[in-house]
Amino acid sequence: MKYLDEYRDAGLAQGLLEQIRSAQKHPWVLMEVCGGQTHSIVKFGIDDLLPSGIELVHGPGCPVCVTPLELIDKAHAIASRTDVIFCSFGDMLRVPGSECDLLTVKSRGADVRVVYSPLECLKIARKHPDKQVVFFAIGFETTAPANAMLVWRAKQEGLENVSVLVSHVLVPPAIEAILDSPWNRVQGFLGPGHVCAIMGFREYEEISARFKVPIVITGFEPVDLLEGVLMAVRQLEEGRAEVENQYVRAVMRDGNTAARRIVSSVFEVCERKWRGVGPIPQSGYRLRTEFEAFDAERRFDVGAIDTQEPAVCISGEVLRGIRKPHDCPAFAKECTPAHPLGATMVSSEGACAAYYLYGRHLKPGNRSTEGKAAQTG
Amino acid sequence: MPDDKDHRVMPGGACPVALPDHKQIVLGHGSGGKLTQDLIEKIFLPNFRNDYLAQLNDQAVLDLNGSRLAFTTDSFVVTPIFFPGGDIGRLAINGTVNDLAMCGATPRFIAAAFILEEGLAADDLVRVVESMRMAAAEAGVLLVTGDTKVVNRGKGDQVFITTTGLGVLDRPVKISADEARPGDRILLSGTIGDHGMAIMSQREGLEFEGPIESDTAALHTLVAAMLEASPEIHCLRDPTRGGVATTLNEIASRSDVGMEIDGRSIPVHESVRGACEILGLDPLYVANEGKLVAVVAPEASEAVLDRMRSHPLGGDACCIGEVVAAHPRRVLVKTEIGGSRVLDVMMGEQLPRIC
Repeated sequence: MKYLDEYRDAGLAQGLLEQIRSAQKHPWVLMEVCGGQTHSIVKFGIDDLLPSGIELVHGPGCPVCVTPLELIDKAHAIASRTDVIFCSFGDMLRVPGSECDLLTVKSRGADVRVVYSPLECLKIARKHPDKQVVFFAIGFETTAPANAMLVWRAKQEGLENVSVLVSHVLVPPAIEAILDSPWNRVQGFLGPGHVCAIMGFREYEEISARFKVPIVITGFEPVDLLEGVLMAVRQLEEGRAEVENQYVRAVMRDGNTAARRIVSSVFEVCERKWRGVGPIPQSGYRLRTEFEAFDAERRFDVGAIDTQEPAVCISGEVLRGIRKPHDCPAFAKECTPAHPLGATMVSSEGACAAYYLYGRHLKPGNRSTEGKAAQTG
Repeated sequence: MPDDKDHRVMPGGACPVALPDHKQIVLGHGSGGKLTQDLIEKIFLPNFRNDYLAQLNDQAVLDLNGSRLAFTTDSFVVTPIFFPGGDIGRLAINGTVNDLAMCGATPRFIAAAFILEEGLAADDLVRVVESMRMAAAEAGVLLVTGDTKVVNRGKGDQVFITTTGLGVLDRPVKISADEARPGDRILLSGTIGDHGMAIMSQREGLEFEGPIESDTAALHTLVAAMLEASPEIHCLRDPTRGGVATTLNEIASRSDVGMEIDGRSIPVHESVRGACEILGLDPLYVANEGKLVAVVAPEASEAVLDRMRSHPLGGDACCIGEVVAAHPRRVLVKTEIGGSRVLDVMMGEQLPRIC
């Protein structure tokens, strides 16, 4: 398949691995920021193929994982109303709130629907004028344009039965939070390819310069990821710290200006709470005042729901790359994708779920995390 | 790397409490994955346990007065009831024929029960039934008894069909999910994921370049041809719900063996692959309705594979891997770029990923 097979080519991958092996002289810790990248790394067994001196740690870039518990509880309260059709991306359905997940809310009679595009909600709202159609608008900058477009179009059309429950988060503040942490081990980043396809990478140039850290904007296929690793390792070995763009087929320095325009016309930046991490200033979006009539939190009066997350698992540390999924005593025991305890097990893009799905806890002869960590840090 | 003390003073690390086991049935209980296994192991097996049921095959092989009979039942609840490549009626006949064929039996008789929803268009029922008649004639089975019920509007979904099948095992073969042995070859009869993606693209109104059609087909003549080539076929399964991944795990688990699969060898239609990539689904977990997985003795595998390829339903047949003694009950897949991963059983339904 065009645009896929060439990026999964075994010969190209082997060639890049050889170049990485000859470029790497010192041990380095790299973080891939996106959940989609983590997913590919374990799906294709990329980290097992890398030389032992390169450790990949998994970043916070899974929007499903970092959606805070209280927002999921709000979603459940809204979805349970008989006058509501609650629409969501598929993988939010299995994310547990404090009592259950949306699939269970559905089994109790709620009208919960999976949509592939937020704009499908417009169609549903037109077809069911007697119902309130609520979309769970989550995600990083990648999903923001389509989510913004839903609100913008609903306002244009005067569709009063549409609203959105917003939990949008932004990547750059999360990277800064990681770099600011006294426990940070990350020496270079594989930057978020699809986020940058929308936003461009000027923000990352500022971070790279301030923290003197290499950031390579990287794609999601095996050859992309290996090339991203090679570019980051070369920077580190040569003592450079700059933003480089591996994902040139999708990312331009200024991103997608039309998409950015719709995002900034509907959303404004605000503080957001991240599941497993806590509040980060200026790290998310909320609706602008002129669109607040479409805010589901206002429309359904769920503002009082304020669920606190009990400290049990290590997902916050996994999200920041400080520890690995199987460093957690609950991993694959009490905590599985069927009964996730923490943020990073809830979505297939979460590091814990990716490790579980691709059998990192089962794999015969797998190198232990402790062994790798000892070599690098 | 921080020491343990540092971990304790880390902010964050917050997470929710564990969920109790499901108190309601969720859709995932019907997915063929771990939740389905849970239902079987916790509710059905303890209540009905006997030597036949404990085999956990898709059919029971019964000894009655010296005759070996294969007996099976299956329910069909697909939405939409008409889809590219087939309909619920054809699916009901072929699915039951296949469950019989997967132990090497010749399918003979079918019983069908219809649960109709009030308001179903009579023309639609006629279309479904005519399709069943044609599928039964093609498969050489007779529909000999049945039942009809009608439920209130909203209490069903147009039409549900339950088919029960009876077949005769006239060959001295023992084909069962617990018969795989180290060294055996794992054969797949063709492309995977066609049925599941045909349904999904219809259900969600998704439009992909190039049509995706269900692969629904009766596989008993393919099985007969394979058995003519060699009786050394140890396991046969049609990878329906849960896909090839679930089937391989069931066989590995029942036979207490490991498996090593070459991910590059598994055929997937371009359109199915594209649709799966867009939705973030893995074709290995997507349902098939006209494919089989066979575990075959190594010395017989070439002959069986040749016969499969000369059969109209096995043109794309290939060897996808081998049964091994190492890592029992684990299925390892070699990836396109030479890495490896464990192919586990799905929890519930595959859900499209966000990005």
